[in-house]
Amino acid sequence: MSEHHTRAVSDIERRVEALEELLAEQGLVDAEVIDAAVELFSNDLGPMNGAKVVARAWVDEEYRQRLLDDATPAIGELGFGGPEGDHMVVVENTPQVHNVVVCTLCSCYPWPVLGLPPVWYKSPPYRARMVREPRRLLAEMGCAVPDDMEIRVWDSSAEMRYLVLPERPDGTDGASEEELAEMVTRDSMIGVARL
Amino acid sequence: MAGPAAPPRQNGELVFDAPWQGRVFAMAVGLVDRLGLEWDEFRKRLMAAIEEDPERPYYESWTVALEALVADQGLTGPQPG
Repeated sequence: MSEHHTRAVSDIERRVEALEELLAEQGLVDAEVIDAAVELFSNDLGPMNGAKVVARAWVDEEYRQRLLDDATPAIGELGFGGPEGDHMVVVENTPQVHNVVVCTLCSCYPWPVLGLPPVWYKSPPYRARMVREPRRLLAEMGCAVPDDMEIRVWDSSAEMRYLVLPERPDGTDGASEEELAEMVTRDSMIGVARL
Repeated sequence: MAGPAAPPRQNGELVFDAPWQGRVFAMAVGLVDRLGLEWDEFRKRLMAAIEEDPERPYYESWTVALEALVADQGLTGPQPG
């Protein structure tokens, strides 16, 4: 049986169990469906999806343009979509512009292409500081953006979900699309890292 | 697939720190879908829960938001069959 480390953990477990019982009694949730969703979000949805989108944009100029013009259907071309991915916008890094994404009010994040957000993305300091002092916070997170580059901060708090399209690294001309996808990091698609 | 953008577990990261987090997450997604609501109905309650107690752990605020949604939808009592 599970360990109860502190009373607080036990309380929350009980509350969640009570919710599940209540909803199951009314036929509104199904344990198997919950299990499948947990499995999906734990294993199948993740930044490897976004990496494929990025790699495709790097090798296919027309795809890149479709992605920038109307991201949701373009992302859908690769088979990715669903909750929290209905209003996608892809923002492109250039030699002049570095993009970074935050959700100041909660944790909005493009699940179909990046999975669930990391803990730091949901933390109060990240959410408050990225809009106030992006260059400094990025530097603290190990992403030094040159002073002559503009930083654009995209706040996901409305309908839109943003994905950063990083610049293709130098010296990758011979790489296959698959190899390119493996170079793309989750953090580069949020905008807290550069490739 | 290996590499930086691999599935979460391959990265050594856990998406959920404890089973209850995964369950309450999936319950919210499933319930909103089942009731035909906009996701925003849950999201605005999540924002309110976070604002109410910014230091509360994330998935506890998530639980509070789901409880609020359930109550507001009138689902907290026994329903007729």
